[in-house]
Amino acid sequence: MNEKAARSVLYLDGVSVSFDGFRALNELSLVIEPGEMRAIIGPNGAGKTTMMDVVTGKTRPDEGDVYFDGTVDLTKLDEASIASLGIGRKFQKPTVFESHTVWDNLELALVDGRRPFTAIFGTRTPSEKERIEQILETVRLAERRNVRAAFLSHGQKQWLEIGMLLAQEPKLLLVDEPAAGMTDAETEATAVLLREIAKEKSVVVVEHDMAFVRSLEVKVTVLHEGSVISEGSLDHVSADPRVIEVYLGR
Amino acid sequence: MIVGRFLRNGLDWRAGLVILVLVATAILVPVLNLAVSPDSAWHVPTYLVSLVGKYLSFALLALSIDLVWGFVGILSLGHGAFFALGGYAMGMYLMRQIGSRGVYGNAELPDFMVFLNWKELPYAWYGFEHFPYAALMIILVPGILAFVFGWFAFRSRVTGVYLSIITQAMTFALQLAFFRNDLGFGGNNGLTDFKDILGYNIQADGTRAMLFATTALMLALFFLICCALVASKFGKVLVAIRDAESRTRFIGYRVENYKLVAWVLSAVMAGIAGALYVPQVGIINPSEFAPANSIEVVIWVAVGGRGTLVGPIVGALLVNFMKSYFTTGTLAQYWPFMLGGLFVLVTLLLPKGIVGTLAGFLRRERRPVEPTPPLTTAAREDIGPAVTNPAAAE
Repeated sequence: MNEKAARSVLYLDGVSVSFDGFRALNELSLVIEPGEMRAIIGPNGAGKTTMMDVVTGKTRPDEGDVYFDGTVDLTKLDEASIASLGIGRKFQKPTVFESHTVWDNLELALVDGRRPFTAIFGTRTPSEKERIEQILETVRLAERRNVRAAFLSHGQKQWLEIGMLLAQEPKLLLVDEPAAGMTDAETEATAVLLREIAKEKSVVVVEHDMAFVRSLEVKVTVLHEGSVISEGSLDHVSADPRVIEVYLGR
Repeated sequence: MIVGRFLRNGLDWRAGLVILVLVATAILVPVLNLAVSPDSAWHVPTYLVSLVGKYLSFALLALSIDLVWGFVGILSLGHGAFFALGGYAMGMYLMRQIGSRGVYGNAELPDFMVFLNWKELPYAWYGFEHFPYAALMIILVPGILAFVFGWFAFRSRVTGVYLSIITQAMTFALQLAFFRNDLGFGGNNGLTDFKDILGYNIQADGTRAMLFATTALMLALFFLICCALVASKFGKVLVAIRDAESRTRFIGYRVENYKLVAWVLSAVMAGIAGALYVPQVGIINPSEFAPANSIEVVIWVAVGGRGTLVGPIVGALLVNFMKSYFTTGTLAQYWPFMLGGLFVLVTLLLPKGIVGTLAGFLRRERRPVEPTPPLTTAAREDIGPAVTNPAAAE
């Protein structure tokens, strides 16, 4: 492993994944530095979700290296272990526990007590309650704490899910289309929230909404057919003729 | 101490009420049967004691299904297998208690083995003359089967209808196996002609009353355990798995372990229910493994209210009383249609079952319905040229 890998929080090198002959990822290489926020864009089927599946342990790559924190080989671990290492994932469609209250959703996401028997006999500590209060403030759901998640609006569910990621205390957040289905005001607030989070953690955002990506003001990676075709500032990639051809030009 | 706190957490007014009713029934019914003269209007005849006792064991079976179906979303169509295995373990103990009072008068071998010309007791029967050993087997046999089944099924992430089908196959396979004489559990006749349980005559009114009381108390105990489990963080994780399994996984929970714990506990409850059922009806045979039986239990749970814990008890009692009532009169031949119709009606009109619907009414009276501002992805027109990615939504 080279020096670049050792310094990175997430390191993908030559990762390929095929489903029934379809190459979803084709020698994908990507490095995320500690504390970096990165936006990933690309047309349909570019491999964005598959990349997240590989990092979070849902899909095993056919070949290639995936390292977290420079040393941990993610291809050998399952979802639960990877989550416990400190990689949080937000789905494209907001996925929260609808029958539980906002508070319970966050409580379940807190880092400790993952084993069945600890969960049966354990109790909550005051510091955990404080932590939940804090997250409720951050994601602006303090007033809705006792509401069941099923009754939240779409945007609030997105935020609750981000809040659950924060409760996990991850080092790296993978966020799939956080602004999907949001109003302009919500989208703007989400960008602010993500920038806030990125001060302490590494964040990878997959997004289609160009205005949103622009408001994040971060380095952009463009995927196409499972590989990186361009990387740099949004203006830089927008000017790249290959990017225009496969994506923006349509 | 920890267990005490755990159980106290499960006690709300509703659970308390159910437990109170069950404990009162466990005391009152035997008293009304034994101490009140048969001429009195308050006398409870023995046949009714046994009948209700049987229903209470069914209620425990239904409760065990509700734990996995209502709270983890695992629809088991094979819980009859665990029930029957518990029943067989109890039946084997009762067979060994017959001793030389069998038709063939063989002190060592049950009648069916003498009939099959067997010379010695099969290994599987060793130890069953001791009640503590039989009691252990009542817990272990269904528990271990559930553990092995669940270990493989949950680890390979079999869910939904596929899992339901495998549970059906499991109980059907066991039924075929138990039909065979050479398996050594009485073949299609099963085990019957019981005489004593723990030294008491199994036919005696006093014994029947005690069996009834034990069943009611066991049901109360497991109801309390289930309530406490569901109220704990463990229970919240179970519901989380039901609602969004992959989200639970990505938060860092080992979903398969949670499922396994709930599944094994549920199977053990079903086994105990079977063990309480057998001495009250006096027989256990392979028909208890029939796939249709397991499906019927699911109907009880659906009628009473899935995911409510009280519902399955209500459902099991109600449907079985109806069954007893309707299958004795002129309507007997229509009972299967009534049962099927009941299931269709409940699914269409009361999807939450009786208890779930009643609880819904109560809640609505207390506070207004939450406003639900729906904001679908269709409202995304403001976001410009739609380069949405439906393929990635999966």
